[in-house]
Amino acid sequence: MAAVAARFGRGLVGWLRFAWTTLTSMRTALILLAVLGIAAVPGSLLPQRPTNPVGVSDFLRAHPDYGPWLDRLGFFDVFGSAWFAAIYLLLFISLIGCILPRTATFLRELRALPSAPPGGLSRLPGFTTGVRDTSSSAVLDAAEAHLRARRYRIRRDAESVSAERGYLREAGNLLFHICLVAMLVGLAWGSLFGFKGTAIVVEGQAFSNTLSQYDDFGAGAGFGPSQLSPFTVRLDSFDVAFETGPVQTGAAREFNAHVTVSRPGQADSQQSLQVNSPLQVGGEQVSLLGHGYAPVVTVKDGNGDVVFSGPVVFLPQDANFRSDGVIKAPDARPERLAFQGVFLPTAMSGGAGGMISAFPDALNPELLLNIWSGPPKEETGAPENVYSLDTTGLTQVTKDGSPVSVGLQIGTGYKLPDGKGSITFDGWKRWTKLQVSNTPGGWLVLGSVMLAVLGMSISLTVKPRRLFVRVSSAAAGGPDGSDAPAPAEPVGGPEEASTHAGGGGTRVFVAGLDRAEGRGGLTDEVAALASACGIGVTLTPTDNEEQQ
Amino acid sequence: VIAYYSSLAMVTSAVLYLLAMAAHAAEWASARSAKVAEPELAAVGAGAPVGAPGPAPAEASAGAAPGPRTEVFGRAGLAITVIAALTHIAGVVLRGVAAGRAPWGNMYEFITTSLAIAVIAYLVLAIRFRMRWLGLPVTLLLTIGQGLAVTVFYVAVAALMPSLRSVWFVVHIIAAATAGAAFNIGGIAAILYLVRSRAEERGRVQGYLARIPSATTLDRVSYRFHAFAFPLWTFTIAAGAIWAQAAWGRFWNWDPKETWSLVTWIIYAVYLHARATAGWKGRRAAVVAIVGLASFWFNFIGINLLVSGLHSYAGI
Repeated sequence: MAAVAARFGRGLVGWLRFAWTTLTSMRTALILLAVLGIAAVPGSLLPQRPTNPVGVSDFLRAHPDYGPWLDRLGFFDVFGSAWFAAIYLLLFISLIGCILPRTATFLRELRALPSAPPGGLSRLPGFTTGVRDTSSSAVLDAAEAHLRARRYRIRRDAESVSAERGYLREAGNLLFHICLVAMLVGLAWGSLFGFKGTAIVVEGQAFSNTLSQYDDFGAGAGFGPSQLSPFTVRLDSFDVAFETGPVQTGAAREFNAHVTVSRPGQADSQQSLQVNSPLQVGGEQVSLLGHGYAPVVTVKDGNGDVVFSGPVVFLPQDANFRSDGVIKAPDARPERLAFQGVFLPTAMSGGAGGMISAFPDALNPELLLNIWSGPPKEETGAPENVYSLDTTGLTQVTKDGSPVSVGLQIGTGYKLPDGKGSITFDGWKRWTKLQVSNTPGGWLVLGSVMLAVLGMSISLTVKPRRLFVRVSSAAAGGPDGSDAPAPAEPVGGPEEASTHAGGGGTRVFVAGLDRAEGRGGLTDEVAALASACGIGVTLTPTDNEEQQ
Repeated sequence: VIAYYSSLAMVTSAVLYLLAMAAHAAEWASARSAKVAEPELAAVGAGAPVGAPGPAPAEASAGAAPGPRTEVFGRAGLAITVIAALTHIAGVVLRGVAAGRAPWGNMYEFITTSLAIAVIAYLVLAIRFRMRWLGLPVTLLLTIGQGLAVTVFYVAVAALMPSLRSVWFVVHIIAAATAGAAFNIGGIAAILYLVRSRAEERGRVQGYLARIPSATTLDRVSYRFHAFAFPLWTFTIAAGAIWAQAAWGRFWNWDPKETWSLVTWIIYAVYLHARATAGWKGRRAAVVAIVGLASFWFNFIGINLLVSGLHSYAGI
């Protein structure tokens, strides 16, 4: 604690400074990144409420001991939980805290010249030295020309040339991290001001883009119903093809919804809506999410009046589209009627004495019904689930003491006992589940992801390198290129040193340094620079070098 | 009929990879018995400084005067791998011809394509860059991968589901397969690095280990493959997200496969950062890379078998 106080100051400000420094350190960012990865794992292995609510309730039933605890801790909605949000928000704050100073440093570096050669050039990974009989400025001129041709940034001092290349690496690195933040902003924007809703539309029917027409609808806090652009999508027909061959029999092969789009002030347009080609209507995207069957029935009541006629949406229960649904005729008199139905597109007897659907297409459609009746109910106006039957106040219709269960083929009907009415199975239609969505920040997400990939590729391929040339009078300069007075004995000095000793020659030191790993060829480049300076090459290869 | 020849070619290539692996195993075994004692390697073993003079290590190991039998086995392994790769590629191409589309519609097709890319990459490295030392682990990977593909994951040719019919399908899958191949070779190099650096520390570099490059080189090779694969993997995820936006009106659905792609991405991001952080270089970073590879494989196979999600398609 005392150390913290000494370094960051006392009191709240000191603590805040300490917290900020800790949060924005690379180590903390690494740990947060790792924690984020670990935290995502349960979200992929446990059933999640937003995508699989049935799986969650099954899990809770199977594990009454620890299931509720997991639920309380948010393990069934990991990606919406506070702790998951806390991790990635901390990570992004840490990221921003890292980007800002690095950007500032980088901009300063861009404006400044490369730094002067360090002392002790011989300790750098690439180093060579030699003596040239021309003047030192001629050597430096040659070096400068050589480096300029290779697009180095150059700093020329009286006795040295420093060059640096590969600034794009840090630029790419910063671009990548900035784009990550921009992407998150785009995603947040999208979920704040966007919306997404689904609606089931039967062939021949239309969907108008108003809130009341959605079956389910979710929107961000910044969304207002006036954002829904006015349009109508009419489903003219829906083509489906299934695999009939021996391999993957019954797998979907073709979905094609023929729709008519109407917008105020515009002519109707007929379009084709497919799984991978959604419609863009106004600012909204209309996608095709699913499909199913809607048997068409006509119900007459005890008085002989038609009380229901048309398609009823049934929800598919298995891959072969065995579908469940409810037909309600609350206005039937003297008794109201209701039917619990199972639609089998390709009916076959099978299983435990029951009927199954053997294929997803409607090759042999059959409608199985249980029938309920009861005294008329007062209209309350309370919303009712159209897919399930509340049997309060209803009794199952029986004949000879056992419940009636009928199976209808297309064109057939059934007369209810005791003159309660009748039902006929007239045919079937397909329905599609359409999703209408609007993601406002989409272009920002898209653009920043593309730039992020670009920035990352640059930062992983560009290898910054520094090269140095230092000259001194052949008699004076230290063998390692430092400005320190030369020791009496040139350590490992090449022969030229002695041959030119005392002469008017120039001792040239050439050295290089890679600022990122994973690159070969430093030795080659130092050698090329050395020969441009006119000195022979006596290289010290290092283990770090590999000629490939 | 074409599909039959495709399967035949795949099975043949799996068997040939097994033979190639046996040849490489014999190569290492004979290198061990030959008890090579080159001065350069002995020097490394004795803890000589990294900058010790001598030829570059890749050259050193490639030219490390192996026994004649060692060389014969090594060449045989490479030759068999070339033949196996040709039948393998033929199998992939014929599969595409038989299906009348890009052969990436299910796990069997994806795994065979990804391995074909891996073997091409390996052959280029082995022949052009003298990296035949990758032979044993790579043929081991290919044998296991192709073996699993033809026995466990095989499904007959079928048309694509409507949800897979998109330009993004080609882009997304080819990026994933290429990134996968590079991650695997990078991971192999990371494993070899761990083994070799341990041996160097103990001063016992002999037999098999004497034939592979120094730990420093292995580390760099591993890094290069990861540095190549990581942007591709990022692109794979991004392309998938864009496709999801087009097909489902949403960039990200937290589908299990998406989640594990992100987890894999995060692990490799940790690896790249760790290499640049003091105290995490070398051994620890290599372990992170191997964990990343494990996560990649789990995402690839485990997720399809364990949980169902948006990436569940007919025939696994």
